[in-house]
Amino acid sequence: MSVSQTIGGVTAGRRARSTWFRGLHGADYVWAIAFAVPYVALFLAFVVYPICYGLWLGSDPELYAQLFADPRYFTAVINTLIYVGVGVNLKMFLAFMLSGFFMRKRGWVKALLVVFILPWATPALPAYISIHWLMNGQWGMFNNILWLLFDIDGPVYLNSHWMGLACNIGAYVWKNLPFWTVILLAGRMSIPQELYEAAAVDGATGMRKFFHVTYPLMANLYLVCILLDTVFALGDFNATTFVSGGGPAMSTEVLATLGIRYAYTVALPRLGVAEVMTALPVLIPLVYILMRKLRVSEGQL
Amino acid sequence: MSTTYGRTVNTGPVVAGGAGTARVVRRRAGRPHYRMRRYGMEALAVAFGVVIAVWSLLPIYNMVIIALDSHDDVFSGAIWPEHPSLESFRVVITEDFWYLARFWHQFGNSFYVGLTVMFLTLAIGSLASFTVSRMRMRYSWMLSNAALMTYVIPASFLAIPMYRIMQIYGLSNSLWSVILALTTFATPYAIFIFTQYSSSIPIELDESARIDGATPWQIYFRIYLPLMAPALVAVGTYALLLAWNEYLYNFLLLSTPDSMTVAVALAQFLNSDESPWNFMMATAIIYAMPPIILYYGFRRYMAAGLTMGGVKG
Repeated sequence: MSVSQTIGGVTAGRRARSTWFRGLHGADYVWAIAFAVPYVALFLAFVVYPICYGLWLGSDPELYAQLFADPRYFTAVINTLIYVGVGVNLKMFLAFMLSGFFMRKRGWVKALLVVFILPWATPALPAYISIHWLMNGQWGMFNNILWLLFDIDGPVYLNSHWMGLACNIGAYVWKNLPFWTVILLAGRMSIPQELYEAAAVDGATGMRKFFHVTYPLMANLYLVCILLDTVFALGDFNATTFVSGGGPAMSTEVLATLGIRYAYTVALPRLGVAEVMTALPVLIPLVYILMRKLRVSEGQL
Repeated sequence: MSTTYGRTVNTGPVVAGGAGTARVVRRRAGRPHYRMRRYGMEALAVAFGVVIAVWSLLPIYNMVIIALDSHDDVFSGAIWPEHPSLESFRVVITEDFWYLARFWHQFGNSFYVGLTVMFLTLAIGSLASFTVSRMRMRYSWMLSNAALMTYVIPASFLAIPMYRIMQIYGLSNSLWSVILALTTFATPYAIFIFTQYSSSIPIELDESARIDGATPWQIYFRIYLPLMAPALVAVGTYALLLAWNEYLYNFLLLSTPDSMTVAVALAQFLNSDESPWNFMMATAIIYAMPPIILYYGFRRYMAAGLTMGGVKG
């Protein structure tokens, strides 16, 4: 029995998945098709058409020559790699640890979970704008707190490439950490208590329970979360736009924001599309693996 | 204690008694130790909890403080404003500033977009999932695969072609362009969750209804939808939050003050360095209220509904 079956409860799902009594007949097909039509129409009009249109817009090889000659593009690629690599892994690791923390059966831990969810329920835009002001070097509250507590004069965060990027990543982690923690928490809760009891009878203690029960059962869910969030982080526009604004001097732009900047600030929509298309070699295998994973595990999310 | 233990091992005949006393001694000495450690762990957990609370609340606290500042204090960065006032909330509510001249209208637009996206996502998603998971039409798996594929395409990557296509459809500067775009990105997730969730509803219910002569539409409307209520609530909240979080499509597709949503109006403040930030934060807080209220209202369903398909069998 694979991990996904235990956590995903697929065994229960498969049994219930018989067809309707003696299958579909005549009029039923009409109904079935009619039920699917709204989504198919939406899919054709707003997914297939834009994708084909985008492929056509970005089909000129000269665009790529122009793109690769632009140093800002390479900065954006490196930023995106750091943003996605650090942001996703740091967040998932924290979420995994926190989900263990929130398993504690104490009243105050439950209350804390309610507070902890707040960043996710707060709309992205106000939250990121607030973080932008929080990290402002001259009159931001963060530096003021540092000054009051430790007598340190904090740096001007958003005027430096690395610290600006770190602030963007921090903001993205702040906003999305609760969501993934809740998902992983649900995964942990679905591990049958009997497994831990059996392990305890065999003499396993804290660490061993973790490495021999929790970790193998959560590995698949963890991987699916990492992959999904990689795709989400790759397309994240808001954190970079509103925390650092892509500055200073466009040094913290990521692929998602630079594409829009090409298209609307510089008025080169084709270049913007081409820029986004350069992410496809990474995106397509990711999506492929994800689709397989999600189908096998019948969806952890 | 270790010496006691060592001696008992070395001296053969005394082993039984010696080991016994050693164990007693160890237990007596160990108990307070153990308790100390447990208190230590608890203290550590509480300290960790405080860190989590500060981390989660600091940006939100910052938002509230700036909104409470009077105009001259905004740049002081004080941890508590010297003259806290609700003046900026009054300005927002009475639309007393030129960026905010159409605030309530734009707030209404945001609601209109959010609720319509929610309704369309639920309707289209549940209909499609009914075909896939209940009627199980041949080749319907392709539908769910296509949906999954959309789910993992970043919306911001499709923004530029989408903008052009909305012009082709004649929807530029219309709220419906945003509604349709967002519905497109919210529906795949809905189909995914509904398909998962429906496997927990026995297919025998459908069969007995069919024997009684119900049409597929009646089964969908009278059996499927009521039983799917928890998943509908969870996905509905998700769709509304998605619409409320979205900025890029609002910004690209809506341009006049009358068609704007609050998200675009908020970002307008950033165009100038001289903007009254306390007004902006007050607007932001009012804008943030509906999803927070909604989320906490439906919190019970959220965790269950969003993970139900995958995590609970």
